[in-house]
Amino acid sequence: MKAFTYERVDSPQAAAQAVAATPGSRFVAGGTNLLDLMKLQIETPQHLIDVNRVGLDRIEDTDDGGLRIGALVRNSDLAADLRVRQRYPVLSRALLAGASGQLRNRATTGGNLLQRTRCYYFYDPAQPCNKRQPGSGCSALGGYNRIHAVLGASEQCIATHPSDMAVAMRVLDAQVETVSSQGSDRVIPIANFHRLPGDSPERDTHIEADEFITSVTLPPPPPGRQLYRKVRDRASYAFALVSVAAIVDAEGGEIRHARFAFGGLAHKPWRVEKAESDLVGETASKAAFDGAGDAVLIGAQGYGHNDFKISLTQRVLSGVLTEASAH
Amino acid sequence: MAARDGVAGMLFAVANDFEWTGDLLSVVLPKNSLRAWLRIDCWIKEAQMSRIESTEPRAAGLAVTMPCELSVNGGTWELEIDSRTTLLDALREHLLLTGSKKGCDHGQCGACTVLVAGRRVNACLMLALMAQGDDVVTIEGLPALAMGGESSQALATESVPLHPMQQAFLSHDGFQCGYCTPGQICSAVGMLAEARAGMPSGVSDDLEAMDAPLTGDEIRERMSGNLCRCSAYPNIVDAIKQAAQAQP
Repeated sequence: MKAFTYERVDSPQAAAQAVAATPGSRFVAGGTNLLDLMKLQIETPQHLIDVNRVGLDRIEDTDDGGLRIGALVRNSDLAADLRVRQRYPVLSRALLAGASGQLRNRATTGGNLLQRTRCYYFYDPAQPCNKRQPGSGCSALGGYNRIHAVLGASEQCIATHPSDMAVAMRVLDAQVETVSSQGSDRVIPIANFHRLPGDSPERDTHIEADEFITSVTLPPPPPGRQLYRKVRDRASYAFALVSVAAIVDAEGGEIRHARFAFGGLAHKPWRVEKAESDLVGETASKAAFDGAGDAVLIGAQGYGHNDFKISLTQRVLSGVLTEASAH
Repeated sequence: MAARDGVAGMLFAVANDFEWTGDLLSVVLPKNSLRAWLRIDCWIKEAQMSRIESTEPRAAGLAVTMPCELSVNGGTWELEIDSRTTLLDALREHLLLTGSKKGCDHGQCGACTVLVAGRRVNACLMLALMAQGDDVVTIEGLPALAMGGESSQALATESVPLHPMQQAFLSHDGFQCGYCTPGQICSAVGMLAEARAGMPSGVSDDLEAMDAPLTGDEIRERMSGNLCRCSAYPNIVDAIKQAAQAQP
């Protein structure tokens, strides 16, 4: 770990001002990803701003029937909140499918969104990686790329975003609220929060350096059954190869409303709204669900070891939609 | 002064005043003198450290030393530490609480699990500075925790019974080499508290149930952050089942 100075701040505004005041500084909340990366000298902040005492640790009802989740709410508390379990079970399920009990006790709502890829080559400082060292090349393209992206990738980077929580938030149309060092607030739809790698894979999100996430809001839950299914190499405590967050409202075999977002496929939670709208009015059937899978996977490309993700995505989506529409 | 400096030196210097029960579960039960000696040692260190600039921006690459007050197992310690020191290293290297183990040092194995503010966490992924203001309980502090948190009285007694979870691991032979065991036990204590608070798990059929039974599947899922390379899992699960059935 490189040496750093450390301070605690007690308000979101102070956090944003502190990060603007000190070049090379980073926020630390749970620290479960940042400290991991600092030990490998992949992250080398000169100054850490401990935001664990800024408040923002509550979950509140919003006037429109949704929830506002403070950025410092721990993943375990969010998963266990009764309102989330009752109204947004897909979010509870996604959180509980991620990491371990110990990590969920520390990891925060804001930090989860900002965690970095688990690409093997990003994590190995001896290997070229455009995300870690822009311009050095992508080792995964010609390397072992079993866990890598099949959608939205670029010649520069085929990494995936590792979060389960963000996939559920994507399907729920969450909004991320921030405050900047100037004191201005901003609301970023989750769809526009993470970015695709393009020519600058070193940037994971559209958030600015002096922006601090204050909360994530969920609109009222859409009608329908909510499911989260995660396929991984072991039954617990592993990142997704493919995951699906789905909300399906079906009556008598007819689909009235459907949403689905995917993890493990791309540099951000993947969602194709055209595939969803095409299902409305259709009769729940394997053919209809396969068609939805085709629409999701337009432009999909494997890189050798991850080719299986394309057909796996089809099967997982079909299975989840079958289960969700059967109720 | 003894062969080692600081807290370590003091501990070695007065080792004869202690009753060490250095069994597999790393339970070290000091008499009252431990806290007294550590206090004195901290005062000495404080005086020494007053000469060190601690919070000004550092010169490139130089270590930053900062004061750090930790509450561990009912006692309070004032340290001067490198800002990079993890809670795990502070416990092991500065306070000589070597029950918490360093396995992967990346949050993947769970051997370093301790309780911070009553919740299980990976001590390797938390800076010691971040733990200031929260009560930390390690495997060494579990017996006192089981006695209702009256730690100072508990530590002063000659024989403190093991925490029920420790005893259950012994009764069920929930280990082979024992390296992961302190983390397994601390994690299991934290996990039981979560389950009793109604927290669901990834295998809970009914997400809204507040009193889901702790089946083998539930225990395995909730304990998946603790690896055992000896694969003592069947006995670990049995031990936790027994402790869960006992009164909290």
